[in-house]
Amino acid sequence: MSFRRQLALLGVTVFAPAGEAMLSHGMKQQGGVSLAHLFSLITAFLNPWIVAGVILLIAFFALYTASLSWADLSYVLPATSLGYVMLALVAKFALHEQITPMRWLGIALISGGVGFIAGGPTKTVRHEVVRDPQTAPQSAAAGGGKS
Amino acid sequence: MTAILHTWGAILLIALSSVIGDVLMARAMRQVGDVGHLRRSIGIVGVIWRTLSNPTFVLAVCAMAVAFFSLLFGLSWGDVSLIGPAAASLTFIGNAFAAKIFLHERVDRRRWIATVLVGAGVALIRG
Repeated sequence: MSFRRQLALLGVTVFAPAGEAMLSHGMKQQGGVSLAHLFSLITAFLNPWIVAGVILLIAFFALYTASLSWADLSYVLPATSLGYVMLALVAKFALHEQITPMRWLGIALISGGVGFIAGGPTKTVRHEVVRDPQTAPQSAAAGGGKS
Repeated sequence: MTAILHTWGAILLIALSSVIGDVLMARAMRQVGDVGHLRRSIGIVGVIWRTLSNPTFVLAVCAMAVAFFSLLFGLSWGDVSLIGPAAASLTFIGNAFAAKIFLHERVDRRRWIATVLVGAGVALIRG
């Protein structure tokens, strides 16, 4: 796998939990939003934490979709699941929250799962007849491009 | 009893719509083609346009929106400590099955083990 693609998977892993954490922090600063005060949702976009969170989540979505164009779904999802571990570690070391033994076990299982899949192929190689001429070069490239 | 049924109904709805969204998204991006190669030939604007105008991509986004809102509703009245981890874990396992059946991916032993480990780990972390 090329360095660029490894960076894309790292981005998927990091941006989703970071974006969610920033969005959550910003929304807590913003206070409760009710249906009667929907205008406060618009003013939420003046909060830098919320803006940063939304930008990171857009970046996550772009990298996630891009990853799915050159790697299998059954590879991308486990390979990028370290985000859950990151969130737990941030909670432990930055927010000084307690991590129970069960959560440490969860961290170990996810890390083991990611380690298992990291060495495998990213894409299923198939030899298919492409009927749509518009997608022929890309499909052929994707099908043969095991990285 | 009714509360348990509602909770597991919500969990199944969240997991099912998430799996449908992920599988449709993977199919859409396969139809679009490798964005790395496409970017060099038609540019980033061309890639974005080609992706956004793909009907499967639009369906995938709709399914993901259903998953998101069902999670919000589920969390608002259900047992948070059960719905979050159970839905996330089921989504991981369901995606592996769906990728094998609908996307014809080669889910070998290595991927099954990774999926089960990650699914169990996510359930423990979020629980």
